[in-house]
Amino acid sequence: MGVFLSLAENVLREGLIYGIMAMGVFITYKILKFPDLSVDGTFPLGACVAAWAISSKLNPFLACLMAIAAGAIAGCVTGLLHVKLRISDLLSGILVMTAMWSVNLIITGGSAIKQFFNMPTIFNSFPQGAASSAASTGLRLTVILAITLGVKLILDWYLSTKNGLLLRACGDNSSYVTSLGIDPGVMKIAGLAIGNACTSLSGCVLAQMNENADINSGKGMVVMALASVIIGSALFKRLSFLKFTTMAVLGAIIYKACLMIALQLGLPNSFLKLLMAALLTIAIVSEKIGKRGVENE
Amino acid sequence: MSDALIELQNIDLTYNPGTVNESCLFTNFNFKASKGEFVSIVGSNGSGKTSMLNLICGGLSAQSGKILLEGKDISKVPEFKRAKRIGRVFQNPALGTSPELSIMENLSLADNKGKHYGLGRGVDSSSRERMREMVRTLHMGLEDKMDLKAGSLSGGQRQALALLIATMTPLDLLILDEHTASLDPNSSETVMELTDKLVSEKELTAIMITHNLRYAVEYGNRIMMMHEGRAVLDMDGPEKEACRVEDLLDIFNEISIECGN
Repeated sequence: MGVFLSLAENVLREGLIYGIMAMGVFITYKILKFPDLSVDGTFPLGACVAAWAISSKLNPFLACLMAIAAGAIAGCVTGLLHVKLRISDLLSGILVMTAMWSVNLIITGGSAIKQFFNMPTIFNSFPQGAASSAASTGLRLTVILAITLGVKLILDWYLSTKNGLLLRACGDNSSYVTSLGIDPGVMKIAGLAIGNACTSLSGCVLAQMNENADINSGKGMVVMALASVIIGSALFKRLSFLKFTTMAVLGAIIYKACLMIALQLGLPNSFLKLLMAALLTIAIVSEKIGKRGVENE
Repeated sequence: MSDALIELQNIDLTYNPGTVNESCLFTNFNFKASKGEFVSIVGSNGSGKTSMLNLICGGLSAQSGKILLEGKDISKVPEFKRAKRIGRVFQNPALGTSPELSIMENLSLADNKGKHYGLGRGVDSSSRERMREMVRTLHMGLEDKMDLKAGSLSGGQRQALALLIATMTPLDLLILDEHTASLDPNSSETVMELTDKLVSEKELTAIMITHNLRYAVEYGNRIMMMHEGRAVLDMDGPEKEACRVEDLLDIFNEISIECGN
């Protein structure tokens, strides 16, 4: 029972952290219909920014804000490449993802893994937590839950503002946005900035929990985020009271649970990425089959 | 016709210049519409009707020539900036609204056109009733379904909504690009009547492309027929009043015979 609880806690914790990224990817993929591959680079970007800031003795919460800003800038670059230089959406993402590898190495000072053990992080910067080096399980989960919930509420609020409505309109009918006198390109760039800011924050929180930043941690993030988004929206789309942000986070938790179950059933670690790709394939195909039933295409 | 609201001067337009598919549409094309005119444009496919509207709206730019809106050259102004003064309804009803947003959200966005799209509430509770009243004038019963997604409406309903949206804020010019063509006869009639009502109520200047010769004859105060990048017929005033569908058909057939069709 104890093992089960600790596994469940693990799934919930990681699901919530990756859920932040899933919410960001929901904005780019589901709202803007932009398959953004730069996520593979901006996830470790957040981790590296966290490692750099915390090693430089900066406040760990400031580190989060810096990660958000860094992710937003990277997202803007993807957007500018696509909108201003007219590079295809996939290629713009690949360019930024590739460039991020160097940027991340520069931030960590050339090392692929940067550790910052026993430094103040968002998980131990509270009065009672500062004393013990290993923060209690409950506190850790509470901090993650608070951050994920905070991001969710901010995104929910933003998408109900005038600017947010415009962003939503931009994805499904950009000529409508044009006819309202607004450049849809600007909205696309804004959406990519938000999406990558969330992704970077997600990487930053994970790094602070692990007390190290791994520049390889971005591998497969696009696949993971897309699968979370598609699973979440497919499973919960009938529950109209659920906001899409909630669906994305729930999707991430379910996805993490699937991976965890497979590993517990004895799947070797090397098969993990293969399983991730297979899960996304299943999610996309079943989404298509579901649609066919409705639209009869 | 002294004060032209919109004017196309000496337009040259060639598609795919420098390739084997090069095709010249306009050479030294001129067009003028004055304030208060409701111009119906008819003509066969490929005659340059839609290209002309795209030139005005900015989706297409000519190799040479000027486009003047109230005397100011707008040929270098990007499409989204021109849209602040030029409203447009497309042939495809899906293009006039955002399908994922509700009727209310669509209208609120349109109501804010020309202003800053900031972080204020997307749907103002104070303007809810005003929006409902506006939708009530459509007589489609949509005022009770304001939270329905626009994508779930029928083509006729969406086109009526698109018209309402395009004309919500003050406009210089309304562009109607075969906006009844994809609707069934009944909806088409409703949308056309609504168009006429909105144009006369708001005293709009409008340019409408239509393949329905009856609409061209019954509505508006000027008819233009285009063929191979030229205006082969341009009538207004009493001459337009006297024009019948049969007259237009005769001219249509004459042109077709000339072309050997």
